[in-house]
Amino acid sequence: MSDKNHQSSLMIWLGLADNSFTRQKTVKFGDPSAVNSGRAYGIIMVAGLLILWWVSTNFGWIKPIYWPSYSEVGNRLVKLLSEGYRNVSLWDHISASVYRVLSGVFYGAVLGIPLGLAMGLSSIARGMFDPVVEFVRPIPPLALIPLIILWFGIDEFAKIFLLFLASLFIMIIAARSGVNGVNISKVHAAYSLGASKFQVLRTVILPNALPEIFTGLRISMGVCWGTVVAAELVAADRGIGSMIMIAKNFLQTDTVVIGISIIGLIGFGIELIMRVLERWLIPWRGTG
Amino acid sequence: MKTLTVEGVSMTFTIPGMDPIQALKDVSFRLDSGELLSILGPSGCGKTTLLNIVAGFLAPTEGKVVLEDKLVTGPSAERGMVFQQGALFEWLTVEQNVAYGPSMAGKPRRETKEIVDHLLETVGLRDFSSKPVYQLSGGMQQRVALARCLANDPEIILMDEPLGALDALTREKMQGLILKLWKETGKTIILITHSVEEALFLGERLMVMAPRPGRIMKEYGLPFAERGLVEDPREIKAASDFIEKREEILTMIWDMEEEIMGHRSETS
Repeated sequence: MSDKNHQSSLMIWLGLADNSFTRQKTVKFGDPSAVNSGRAYGIIMVAGLLILWWVSTNFGWIKPIYWPSYSEVGNRLVKLLSEGYRNVSLWDHISASVYRVLSGVFYGAVLGIPLGLAMGLSSIARGMFDPVVEFVRPIPPLALIPLIILWFGIDEFAKIFLLFLASLFIMIIAARSGVNGVNISKVHAAYSLGASKFQVLRTVILPNALPEIFTGLRISMGVCWGTVVAAELVAADRGIGSMIMIAKNFLQTDTVVIGISIIGLIGFGIELIMRVLERWLIPWRGTG
Repeated sequence: MKTLTVEGVSMTFTIPGMDPIQALKDVSFRLDSGELLSILGPSGCGKTTLLNIVAGFLAPTEGKVVLEDKLVTGPSAERGMVFQQGALFEWLTVEQNVAYGPSMAGKPRRETKEIVDHLLETVGLRDFSSKPVYQLSGGMQQRVALARCLANDPEIILMDEPLGALDALTREKMQGLILKLWKETGKTIILITHSVEEALFLGERLMVMAPRPGRIMKEYGLPFAERGLVEDPREIKAASDFIEKREEILTMIWDMEEEIMGHRSETS
């Protein structure tokens, strides 16, 4: 390799140099795979924002009520970790929210997957549920909060029920499109290998729909995570959403910022876990 | 072993708002046990429709298909199918794919394992038995498809352009494998292809079909498959009698295409 073409792996990692394959390409604009990570610029951007934060709060460019300083956030975080918030530990706030999301997604999947499969397989099920699904689907779950408060009040059940609804329709549609996506050759192959209808369902239709179902679970998790925070903003005495809502009432911007950051981190964490699970459980995804 | 009879089979597809399409018109033939029949024809001649009817995936508009004395009304394990591609279960390993038929039938695990091991050995995939099928090349995947079909011990094997998606070299190798399996198992085989060479080489009998409506144009008895079992395939395909037949059939298919194009330009 000539010296001109040699680039250190650090430069490549930072995205300041193209990797050896991209370097050979003459057409780069318009080829998305020739766009490198640009990590160096990411680092500069984040560092710049952190410095801006430090400078603006330290020199009093911005009032603490609008954005807290490092030390305020740090102190508050220590306090939240040791004492919790309003007699509930930070961990309990987080786990209350996560528990609600997992329950909602779980019940949504338990009912939604069989319903979606049925809608993909039987004209009776499709005919019966299609109007309901198509009507309820575009309604944002948050718009159902008033109705659910009227029905079930504001206790735990009401929240989980809301999340259940949010996930239910996503799961129905995911399972149905999983069934619709089956390659008819696979079904024919199974039948001519002697499989019964039930065996075709269990060994062909269901595994074939798994990638779609998993995508549904991932979307459900994301939507429910967004919905739970919003639902807790409306009414709850614990949960990460309620924490920031109450903190707002006391003008504790530092707690609000910490709460929002936690929401972002957990949302990101859920997505990561789902991706790992997906690669582990459905390695054949996208190979059919 | 059983005889397959296709009797006066016609198939008309009626799609609302369009003229009905006659895909097959009065197709009849008999296939004795252990025969290897290749079906050749230009696209649109209804050869895949015919195979789907024999497999039991479609019911003919007229006529019937009978295996020995049983009327074909739906798919069954008696009539195995090998598809062009995409019909393997990618969530299963090679071994599990091949074991699919026997395990659905509830055969004892041990017996199934024996069958599967033997077949994987035969198609040369013993070292790949625990690999997921999506990691295999196209040719290997078709070997799995052949083994999966044979594991079920069907009376007749229907192949719908089984080598159509493979590259030319792999294709030649697979042709040899199909001949070998035919010889070893003595199965009745119907093989559909759009390659004239393949049809000649892999057919003890060859049916050439014509389109609009799909019908049998001509039938040949051929010596090449038998020879292919002992002689070098390249030599067979380069021999003058093979080339002569190939040109004869190609000319016939070209004429058909011309006729269709002619009809089209008249009507348009």
